[in-house]
Amino acid sequence: MKCQQCERPATFHITELTGGKPQELHLCEEHARHYLTTTGGEPSGSGGMAAALAQQVQQMAIGQTAEELAHLDQQACPVCGITFYEFRSQGRLGCPHDYVAFTKQLEPLIYNVHGESEHVGKRPRRSSGSSEERTQLIRLRREMREAVENELYEKASELRDQIRRIETEQVA
Amino acid sequence: MEIKELTQTSGEWLRGDGPEADIVISSRVRLARNLAEFPFIRRATPQDRVQIERILRDAIIHSQVSNSLLYIALDELEAVDRQLLVERHLISREHAEAQGRRAVAIDKAEKFSLMINEEDHLRIQVMQSGFNLQSVWQQITAIDDAIEQRVTYAFHERLGYLTACPTNVGTGLRVSVMLHLPALVITRQIEKVFRSLQKISLAVRGLFGEGSQAMGDFYQISNQITLGRGEDELVQQVNDIVPVIIDYERQARQFLIKESQENLHDRVSRAYGILRTAQTISSEETMHLLSSVRMGVNLGLIPKLQIADINELFIHTQPAHLQKRTGGELDSADRNIERARYLRQYLNREEGANRAEKN
Ligand SMILES: [Zn+2]
Ligand SMILES: [Zn+2]
Repeated sequence: MKCQQCERPATFHITELTGGKPQELHLCEEHARHYLTTTGGEPSGSGGMAAALAQQVQQMAIGQTAEELAHLDQQACPVCGITFYEFRSQGRLGCPHDYVAFTKQLEPLIYNVHGESEHVGKRPRRSSGSSEERTQLIRLRREMREAVENELYEKASELRDQIRRIETEQVA
Repeated sequence: MEIKELTQTSGEWLRGDGPEADIVISSRVRLARNLAEFPFIRRATPQDRVQIERILRDAIIHSQVSNSLLYIALDELEAVDRQLLVERHLISREHAEAQGRRAVAIDKAEKFSLMINEEDHLRIQVMQSGFNLQSVWQQITAIDDAIEQRVTYAFHERLGYLTACPTNVGTGLRVSVMLHLPALVITRQIEKVFRSLQKISLAVRGLFGEGSQAMGDFYQISNQITLGRGEDELVQQVNDIVPVIIDYERQARQFLIKESQENLHDRVSRAYGILRTAQTISSEETMHLLSSVRMGVNLGLIPKLQIADINELFIHTQPAHLQKRTGGELDSADRNIERARYLRQYLNREEGANRAEKN
């Protein structure tokens, strides 16, 4: 994660509690010292994780044309339907598949936050293949709802059977 | 067990014992997990929330993580009861204030809580009094394993456990230790704490009182990064830095004693005196004074009290606890009167009476 006031890595993470709402600050050593020794500090206008994320997405976007940016923003997850713009403004993803659907946008952001890009540590005993398969249920349920709304009852019942099949598959 | 019973007790993590309990209030670890087959909470429909809750409730109950589980549907709970759970750190403020189907499972000793439909589908949290991260990690990973046998977590081969916010992806692990650092605050050395954390990305947070004002002397240290390091390493990182901070605080206390034992004793005695005699007192002032008294107890300046008493007062003087105790809604002015009444009653009891009553 980069310092909110310069390009160096943020090694201080401070929650400012004075005044109104708590704000999260991510600063390098120099800016943190400056912040902590200046009375009152100067709370940055952009508190909160969502804002920090949005800012990083903006940093990442530097070097891309407005057209490319707009394209990235409009891209939607085929499973849950969230657009990258919606994620960017809320700071929360729509479904597990977003990590696949928005790989291009999320990779630099994740690296910015964690300084790493690969998980080490605990993993479920079940294979991750079954995890991705079950995530498709989100898409199927959404398609079924849409079919019902459009009075495509035959399609809806086919989807329902398909959903039931996956749902009842042994989870072991 | 009923919610009301909680007002008679203090949670496990407030027992005031365990390693370094004079400075370390509690050790806490939480894991963020999501079911593979549902959207994350922000995008979940009301039916999704109902299904997520049902699946996780079944998994939790059948995995027998505890034989005395209290399962609470938060959407059916009154606001004051939800606030009570927030004050006891059993659910988050966001979880209390959210809408729609959501729940929490708590073990009777309040050692852990499992929040359903919080920011992630499942947030497992284990807490313990004092400095004991290894033991807390052992407990939480066992609970996680037991639940994982019954559900499919959202997991990515390369990115690990998938979470609603990319800041938690990977291990989904947050390790935090709550510290009481009054001497570092008095001696204005608290920045030293921040400086000691510079090399390893750790977060420092002040603790919130009523509203969002800092309770001054309480700080929570936690890991900022969740990806690319194993759980053991993340736990170890916090585990390594806490003794350094404890040492700073101890040195600052010794400095205060050496510099002027009288000033320190005076500060503690005045705080104690106000708490025992005030007729109306705000939450913030209470926290501030209790902090001084807590340090006084640790330094042997108030032999009559124990750390467990102070920890209990911290929780029992908060708004929802006061209202549950009196059995009615109180506005802020009435709460201040009730808080002062409660403090006077508790602190003016006969010596030893506090302990005896609990047995
Ligand atoms: Zn900087
Ligand atoms: Zn999605």
